Amino acid sequence: VSVRVGIDLVDVDQVASAIAVHGDRYLRRVFTDGEISDCGGYAEPRPDRLAARFAAKEAAFKALGAETLPFHEIEVVSAPDGAPLLTLRGGLARHAERLGDPRVSVSLAHEAGLAAAIVAITHTSQGGTR
Amino acid sequence: MTEEIRAVVRDHARLAVDIDTLPDDADLYRAGMTSHASVNVMLALENAFDVEFPDHLLKRSVFESVASIRAAIEQVQAEAAA
Repeated sequence: VSVRVGIDLVDVDQVASAIAVHGDRYLRRVFTDGEISDCGGYAEPRPDRLAARFAAKEAAFKALGAETLPFHEIEVVSAPDGAPLLTLRGGLARHAERLGDPRVSVSLAHEAGLAAAIVAITHTSQGGTR
Repeated sequence: MTEEIRAVVRDHARLAVDIDTLPDDADLYRAGMTSHASVNVMLALENAFDVEFPDHLLKRSVFESVASIRAAIEQVQAEAAA
């Protein structure tokens, strides 16, 4: 079994600013309905929670070694016990499958105006990702 | 078009340096643009040029420089006109 890891850090103020400038279009373009609902909905979007999810998308993208980042193909929502769950869809899911039996884990953190995420993917292939 | 792109980058990329000091092929990520700031740039470009970047263009290399952004917008406009 091999492990690929990705990490990312996001300034929460940048997310708050994007919501202020681009509004719902920013939310719809970057986040899934499940993520938006998990982060306060359209009425009261939480920049800190959204920033952590954006960081998770970037971290997963790095761990996968993918070329493009269709934002909706990575979803991070909270499980009933509060733990974050990352799901890959579409082309990124197929990309991950090429790694061989991929298992994705994600951890999120936000404090002092910054949000961070680490994504680890365990897989069976020893080869490249493309 | 290049000047309009530069105006969007100036307003949304949060560069550590003045965009006017950079050539069109300068790497905007190296100049301080974060991955999240590149999303702000993308949305502002879509507003400015009335286009929508398709998923296959959501890649780091597209937003890497003023020149690469221009090429991508021209591609999107050509695809929309076809």
